[in-house]
Amino acid sequence: MSDTLTIDGKEIPYRPGQTIMDAAMAAGVYIPHLCHNPEFKPHGSCKLCMVNVNGRNVASCTMPAASGMTVLNDTPELNGARRSLLQMLFAEGNHLCPVCERSGNCHLQALAYYLGMTNPHYVQFYPSREVDASHPDVLLDRNRCIMCELCVRASSEVDGKDVFGLSGRGIQTRLVVNAPTGLLGDSALAVSDKAVQVCPTGALLIKRQGYRVPVGRRMFDHKPISVVQTEGGHD
Amino acid sequence: MAFELESAAHPENLKRVVIEPVTRVEGHGKVTLLLDEDNRVHQARFHIVEFRGFEKFIQGRPYWEVPVLVQRLCGICPVSHHLAASKAMDMIVGARLTPTAEKLRRLMHFGQILQSHALHFYYLASPDLLFGFDSDVARRNIVGVAAAYPEIARQGVALRRYGQEVIRITAGKRVHGTGSIPGGVNKNLSMEERDTLLKEIDDMIAWSQGAVELVKKVYGGRPDFHNGFGYFRSSFMSLVREDGALDLYHGGLRARDEHGQTIFDHVDYTHYWDYIHEEVKPWSYMKFPFIRSKGREEGWYRVGPLARVNNCDLIPTPLAEAERKAFKAFGGGSALHATLAYHWARMIEMLHCVEGIKELLHDPDLLGDDLVTQGQRGFRGVGVIEAPRGTLIHHYRVDEDDLIVRANLIVSTTHNNQAMNEAVRQVALQYLDGQNLTEGLLNYIEVAIRAFDPCLSCATHALGQMPLEVELQDAAGQVVDRLARNGGGETAR
Repeated sequence: MSDTLTIDGKEIPYRPGQTIMDAAMAAGVYIPHLCHNPEFKPHGSCKLCMVNVNGRNVASCTMPAASGMTVLNDTPELNGARRSLLQMLFAEGNHLCPVCERSGNCHLQALAYYLGMTNPHYVQFYPSREVDASHPDVLLDRNRCIMCELCVRASSEVDGKDVFGLSGRGIQTRLVVNAPTGLLGDSALAVSDKAVQVCPTGALLIKRQGYRVPVGRRMFDHKPISVVQTEGGHD
Repeated sequence: MAFELESAAHPENLKRVVIEPVTRVEGHGKVTLLLDEDNRVHQARFHIVEFRGFEKFIQGRPYWEVPVLVQRLCGICPVSHHLAASKAMDMIVGARLTPTAEKLRRLMHFGQILQSHALHFYYLASPDLLFGFDSDVARRNIVGVAAAYPEIARQGVALRRYGQEVIRITAGKRVHGTGSIPGGVNKNLSMEERDTLLKEIDDMIAWSQGAVELVKKVYGGRPDFHNGFGYFRSSFMSLVREDGALDLYHGGLRARDEHGQTIFDHVDYTHYWDYIHEEVKPWSYMKFPFIRSKGREEGWYRVGPLARVNNCDLIPTPLAEAERKAFKAFGGGSALHATLAYHWARMIEMLHCVEGIKELLHDPDLLGDDLVTQGQRGFRGVGVIEAPRGTLIHHYRVDEDDLIVRANLIVSTTHNNQAMNEAVRQVALQYLDGQNLTEGLLNYIEVAIRAFDPCLSCATHALGQMPLEVELQDAAGQVVDRLARNGGGETAR
């Protein structure tokens, strides 16, 4: 058998070791995702990239591609499930898109547009989450954290600092900072760190840069996330 | 006469008439009248029944978020909040704006006042002025105006659209844009955008002139009635430029009393608290500001178009200045105090805005690319601007971590609180006292409120010390118990 699989009926090649997500991205096929970033090891936590392979739902970012796989991706059922996952993310955090400085550049918001999410559906939790502004150049707003661990992975794998981690269980899970005080200002984080660049929402931000890019020139103002990310844009 | 009719001596024996909601205003409010058996008015109050909490919930947010966040106070004049907050944040970042940044903000604000004034005059006020205060209620609305006066309605829609377009081009969106940031703006004007706006500007000027003429015609048609309707005298407060000219974006505070005597002039607005205080009353969510030197009883005043046109020494665009002179001549050379003169002053300002837009569009600075500056970091920021409805004050404290720790907003409509109540009481005495009440007569009360173009959603933003009252009624509607918390936080039965 040749090294190909089909996604929604389209035959695409893959190289041994690639995941379904890797192969799809290389072929310009968009699979929605939030916690995945091709620069880092797959994480498989957000489940937005769930596809159906030979009748079974799997996370495409962690499932190795295999010859002859029949993958369903852009289907009403899968997109409906993805929309529900997004609605849960919106309901359990405090995502105030109308005033958020990442609006127009936010992957979470862009995915919600892409998947046709018109309301949160679930009752909002309105959790009380801390804002950590102790760092001179970086703001950590936990209201917008979706626990994707991209900053955790970037700080560990690229920056070699292990500044971030997740603590707690279930709905009590929260992003914590590796510092004696637990404050970002007392951590080893530098504004130039990769960890600061990879947040898909507005949880980690460089201070005093908000709204510098005018409406009309933001990442998702003219192209949906499906086009931006298949063209290689992630940050 | 300021506080007469605020509280009846024996309200328990009086019948209560409620106008709720007050229509064709921004936000929600109600009027209550207490009448005796002969329909004599013993109490008249304009209540604000909305409750907002912006001053509280922006605490803990980063300062650069505030200009975008607080503009959500309002969907009609968000640019004014956006810019007042930006001016305050300019102090936080220690910025002196570049000419390009300041002129772009001024352009944005002209668009804001143009669209708001057009909305108010054509959509909200013109049905009363064109058909009569007690005309057929089914026709007394913008649809009725469009049917009877299609060209006037079309011009009104076009003027508002043009103002919104100026905002979209400068702020990114027609409502709740992001164009102004601490220390400047995030975009300039392209030549294409400038040319797009220039194409229609002469029509806008001609139609704004027409609007002034229309008000003058209506007003002049029954001068005694329009002058006397809800008439009272008051102090006026507004920003003025260094030379005393009308300036909607920046200046010093000027207040004149009911006789035209100066109370204060060219006051640095960052010290506004030395001149203005606020009082809380138990029956309204809106605070009552007053000029400190005149005290709580005598210190209330009016803001907005009437205050600005009365207060300024000139308007720095020729057509509007000519109209200001005519306005002043009508008043015999001194300030007009008539409630309905607000409409006239508002249209003079609209004309000034379109003239100002044209002037700015020919200024090459708007095409510049020096957009943002910063200087020495500050921790207290005060921004004051003339919003469509009057002087708008934003005051913030920011900590060393860049987070807001305190905010105080005195919103335009709030300044007019006592004056609106005064207008309601005057009209109640003039037209309702002893009469059998009809829908048309009750609209007289609304006409008086409407003249101020109040924005009640903007004006009710306080939290923490608000007065609250709880009533327990039996099945027959009789009050069994009442618990009240006053503005000082004290609870009493």
